[in-house]
Amino acid sequence: MTTSTSRTTDTHDTAASATTTSAPVNTVEGKTAVRRRRRRGLAPGKRLPASRVVGPALFFVLWAVASAAGQLDPAAIPAPWTVLKTAGRLWTSGTLPTDMLTSLERAAYGFALGLTAGVVLALAAGLSRIGEALIDGTVQLNRAIPTLGLIPLFILWLGIGETFKIAIIAIVVYIPIYLNLHAALSGIDHRYVELAEVQGLSRLQFVRQIVIPGALPGFFVGLRLGVTGSWLSLVVLEQINATSGLGYMMFQAQNYGQSDVILVGLLIYGVFGLVSDSAVRLVERRVLSWRRTLSS
Amino acid sequence: MAPHTQQLTTAPAVAAVPAVQLRGLTRSFDGRTVLDHVDLDLPAGQFTALLGHSGSGKSTLLRAIAGLDHEVVGSGQLTAPDRVSVVFQDSRLLPWRRVLDNVLLGTEGREAAEKGREALAEVGLAGRERAWPNELSGGEAQRAALARSLVREPELLLADEPFGALDALTRIRMHVLLRELWERHRPSVLLVTHDVDEAIVLADRVLVLEEGRIGLDLVIDPEVPRAEYRERLLAALGVTSDSR
Repeated sequence: MTTSTSRTTDTHDTAASATTTSAPVNTVEGKTAVRRRRRRGLAPGKRLPASRVVGPALFFVLWAVASAAGQLDPAAIPAPWTVLKTAGRLWTSGTLPTDMLTSLERAAYGFALGLTAGVVLALAAGLSRIGEALIDGTVQLNRAIPTLGLIPLFILWLGIGETFKIAIIAIVVYIPIYLNLHAALSGIDHRYVELAEVQGLSRLQFVRQIVIPGALPGFFVGLRLGVTGSWLSLVVLEQINATSGLGYMMFQAQNYGQSDVILVGLLIYGVFGLVSDSAVRLVERRVLSWRRTLSS
Repeated sequence: MAPHTQQLTTAPAVAAVPAVQLRGLTRSFDGRTVLDHVDLDLPAGQFTALLGHSGSGKSTLLRAIAGLDHEVVGSGQLTAPDRVSVVFQDSRLLPWRRVLDNVLLGTEGREAAEKGREALAEVGLAGRERAWPNELSGGEAQRAALARSLVREPELLLADEPFGALDALTRIRMHVLLRELWERHRPSVLLVTHDVDEAIVLADRVLVLEEGRIGLDLVIDPEVPRAEYRERLLAALGVTSDSR
């Protein structure tokens, strides 16, 4: 009883908790008296179990119930089980696996290219003044141009094949990675620079032991934005300029009024996005494990 | 305490080669002269405290000796030993390196790692080698910073208000620790502080910096009551008994 009382109201009033242990707490009055002495907590309290899935689960339940009750027009919003059945049919009939593979390939190539370009440019601009003068202004200019607006030009230059799609995805990916990594590299705490000088670090040691690890949190912010960006640009590219892939499948389905196929496509995009973001977060947690100690 | 007294009677006049020698050291920021032709010898192995108001140029002097004033206009001569360590007011531990790796920053090899462990043990942090800096208290972090400066076996230890951010009790413990470490390793120490009592307790010699010059240079004799020094130093700092 005693422990549960002090746990539910976790403020640090030692006098109050002393009362909790010494006073007979099995009486209702005793407990309320103790409670009243506490400040009202302003923190939102403990997180609910599985709080991240509660909202989506509720949404699915509502969707299923409304479909079963015949409240939704099946042509506009097909029932969840119809979508699943369609997914199964598309998978076995053969088009879905190749479409998925094509989309994944595009996203992966574009992302890899964008990641490499972003990191290399940010390192060059963040670690040398000449690099900064050459690169930073150019990237900032590039950033000001909406990348999707480059599509017509890129089609003229590179043709309507895979190359231009990968190039566009790479540009969408490299910008947030560059910006965040460059900001993190150039924003390294001046106190650490002094420390490195005092400890007699060489330039290479300084970069490897202080600048890079110090810039990693910023890099991960950019990386997560980059991953999201790769999916976002993929969806756009595949829906307007593709002859294969998930977006193409959805585009075709729109022509034939197959809303269930469109929902399958969206679902898969969603899963891709979720999985890749979780993967980045997992890596981030591993690499930046020193940050977690803050909360303990 | 024996070496302490001996140090007092011999220093500074008899000390052969000064560890730090300043001649006409001048530093200015934006046309404002912060250090104005400072002449100063710090004998090897002496524990010196440097007092002064904020803005009196204490930190500028320390940073000049540490070689950290790259973009500062100045003139004059300065000789300082090769192995110089600096302890800052903040512990300045890198949050992404474990305590031992922080202590070893700038060193290499297995031998250094062994020294790092010894240094951590010396400051009372044995067993905390694998801890993250975030997990240390303010006093522990500053101990780790002291260990980091010891590993380099400095001939000169510069400390810029190293205990300024600590609570009073922790500060007293750190005073004892610093004095012990100094007695064991005998580096020359220049401790910048604004705390008169800290200066008298720790140092053999107390300097007061005013308007860019050494205004007062006192050798502390432990036989003389501290209050006497305290009075003189406070007066030199412009704190009279009526204003207290």
